[in-house]
Amino acid sequence: MQNAAPTLRLEGVAKSFGPVAALRSGTLVVQPGSIHALVGENGAGKSTLVKIVGGVHRRDAGVVELDGEPVDFTGPAEAKAAGVAVIHQEPASFPDLTVAENIYLGREPLGRFRRIDRRAMRAGARELFRDLGVDLDPDRPAEGLSIADQQIVEIAKAISLDARLLVMDEPTAALSAVEVRRLFAVARGLRDAGRAVVFISHRLDEVADLCDTVTVMRDGEHVSTDPVAGVTADELVRRMVGRAVSDLYPKVPSTPGEVVLRVEGLQSTGTFHDVSFEVRAGEIVGLAGLVGAGRSEIARAVFGVDRYDAGRVAVDGRTLRPGDPTAAIAAGLALVPEDRRLEGLVTESSVARNVSAVSRRRLARLGILLPDAEARLARDWSGRLAVKAGALDAVATTMSGGNQQKVVLAKWLATGPKVLIVDEPTRGIDVGTKAEVHRLLSTLAAEGLAVLMISSELPEVLGMADRVLVVREGRIVAALDRADATPETVMRAATPGASSERGDAA
Amino acid sequence: MRTHARPWWQRALLTREMLTILILVAAWVVASAVVQGFDGPLTITYLVLDVAPVLLIALPMTLIIATGEIDLSVASVVGLSSVTFGLLHQAGFGLWVALPASVLLGAVCGAVNGTLVAYGGLPSLAVTIGSLALYRGLAVGLLGTTAVTDFPESWTDGATENLGESPWPVVTLGLVVLIAVFAVLLHATPFGRNVLDIGRSSEAARFSGVDVKRTLLVLFVLSGAVSALAGVYYTLRYGSARGDNATGMELQVVAAVLLGGVSIFGGRGAIHGVVAGVLLIGVLSSALRLEGVTVNVINIVIGTALVVSVVAPRIAGGLRVRRRPAVGQGS
Repeated sequence: MQNAAPTLRLEGVAKSFGPVAALRSGTLVVQPGSIHALVGENGAGKSTLVKIVGGVHRRDAGVVELDGEPVDFTGPAEAKAAGVAVIHQEPASFPDLTVAENIYLGREPLGRFRRIDRRAMRAGARELFRDLGVDLDPDRPAEGLSIADQQIVEIAKAISLDARLLVMDEPTAALSAVEVRRLFAVARGLRDAGRAVVFISHRLDEVADLCDTVTVMRDGEHVSTDPVAGVTADELVRRMVGRAVSDLYPKVPSTPGEVVLRVEGLQSTGTFHDVSFEVRAGEIVGLAGLVGAGRSEIARAVFGVDRYDAGRVAVDGRTLRPGDPTAAIAAGLALVPEDRRLEGLVTESSVARNVSAVSRRRLARLGILLPDAEARLARDWSGRLAVKAGALDAVATTMSGGNQQKVVLAKWLATGPKVLIVDEPTRGIDVGTKAEVHRLLSTLAAEGLAVLMISSELPEVLGMADRVLVVREGRIVAALDRADATPETVMRAATPGASSERGDAA
Repeated sequence: MRTHARPWWQRALLTREMLTILILVAAWVVASAVVQGFDGPLTITYLVLDVAPVLLIALPMTLIIATGEIDLSVASVVGLSSVTFGLLHQAGFGLWVALPASVLLGAVCGAVNGTLVAYGGLPSLAVTIGSLALYRGLAVGLLGTTAVTDFPESWTDGATENLGESPWPVVTLGLVVLIAVFAVLLHATPFGRNVLDIGRSSEAARFSGVDVKRTLLVLFVLSGAVSALAGVYYTLRYGSARGDNATGMELQVVAAVLLGGVSIFGGRGAIHGVVAGVLLIGVLSSALRLEGVTVNVINIVIGTALVVSVVAPRIAGGLRVRRRPAVGQGS
């Protein structure tokens, strides 16, 4: 296969949006029957490159070839017809249609009298899933499918369209370990069938595990392309950031103080049960577990945006009113939520308004909020966190994920919290910013903040946490000290069906 | 980091609100030149007297629409408050009792709307269409087709008389105060910031500790109270308490608010734009009326202006996107 024309060849592709050059010189050669990793920091130009390949944007300059033929897509439909499929991180499906209907949407097999042949549709979907080696019911509605299953549906759709090139844009960001394994098996199956796969990820362990070739991009330009076997993760990181990142998890040792957050017997029927734990000042407690184990739900209940049926939450010994985030904030709680764009910030608002969102009441004098006070607070905190924005009135939508996350952190740190709950603090943000966030959390803990960190990235939990609580199916099933927490002990406790001793939550 | 990306004059002038203000000024200039009698002192007097109820109601409506909700029951609250005011007067209560009692009733009407929307989780469009019919039904039911008209002259004159020799009615003072109060509330208080945040993303507002439900309830109560106040004014201005007073006024209010640059999807809007929107509708109606144009045609003009004001930003936005695709958010 290697001597045939590459499935995809990009050479010197450039794209600017007004004065901003998003892509200066994109070069990427993907062979059929291979899985090609594309890595780089946020803003490196990966998304722009993918959008050009997928027909969303038109390039300003450069060469794009599919199977040796030059192409110039004017829309996503053309790209699709030419055999290019882009699988998004969180695919959009029609919740009211069944899985099979979603796969065949717009090109349903027709039977007699031009009626939709549901039987053929179902059989086709079933066959696609069998080929992919996954177990999904074609008749269930798409509503309530996990993100992982939605991606599988998208992949099935791409295969039914006979896509030669599948681009997966950070597919694993929201997936649990088990789901990642299944996705990898599917990707390998596609590779063995001679299709080309482009895999975009921030997780270098996944790249090493899955891909055969890796291309690094930085600042809109191609940096290097190597066989995965011939390059170390450290070397990749160095190329991505253009400097050495000595340590992704700069853990500062700290001595835990008094108990600040105490959660006792918290229960929300059907979601989590009998959840008890405490977080001390100066301590980072990791909440590990599979996606869907109930970790985020616990955090939301503690903070008060969700209600709970039983139990209590206390900060500094004072019990919080359930379901009242305002009271929780007043008591010193802060939550950096899982979904940055929906819950973390008001994306239509400026940096200044987002940073001051929770501190407004405190900033107001005699009930009047002056723009000056707002700007001062925002400038102070965005400076401390090194937020990169053109101006304080820059709208959050224009910023990269990493910078958005810094704004969310600035917003909460400006309230002077005692307990900071962070839910997937580094999801979808680049390596450089990730290290900055880790350093920040570590420093804050050393200064006496109590931190509760939810993360699906095991290295992050193990690297940052003083103690790890493992949540499985809505219960805390293990409490591990830093010394005892290894990938094996955490995963064994987190995975249903795996043997695990029930540790007492502390 | 710089505070603003653009210099102050661009931020002040290149706004959606400034567009409405420009159109208002243009309409005024054209009407003064073309329409016979428009440039007389009576124009200002009648303009203020006529737009006062719409202007009053448009103030809380601005905040409600800025959250992405709507209150269509306002004109019915005007009617109900008018009838209440009239009946209390007829029953021998002093107007100093009847006035606050009517406003209180309006607040209760608003609280009913607000509770159903905020705590019942129902769409405000449906709730307030229902209460539009309900409150109007009550108003007409209470007074039938009759009217209460024997209000003391000191009160009815107070609603229409001018400030000394000037063309400005006394009520102008009250309007200016309320405009200032609402402008400060929306633009310079934590509450106003929360209102805009709710309109942009109520989920994100909730995660920032904003009590979204209570904020909505407060806004609907304000809307009811101010509508009732407008109802009392309307009654005194025309010297007549009737169940069908101000029927259909909600459309003028919503039209003025949207013309003033408030997004029907919530999240953006400014009081000065809305004031300009109200005055624009007022100027158009009085100019056309002086020209002898019928009410139907005036409604057509206002309706068209409204549709254009809602559609135009979408088209302009679409064109901008076409010329310059959204800035890539990086990979």
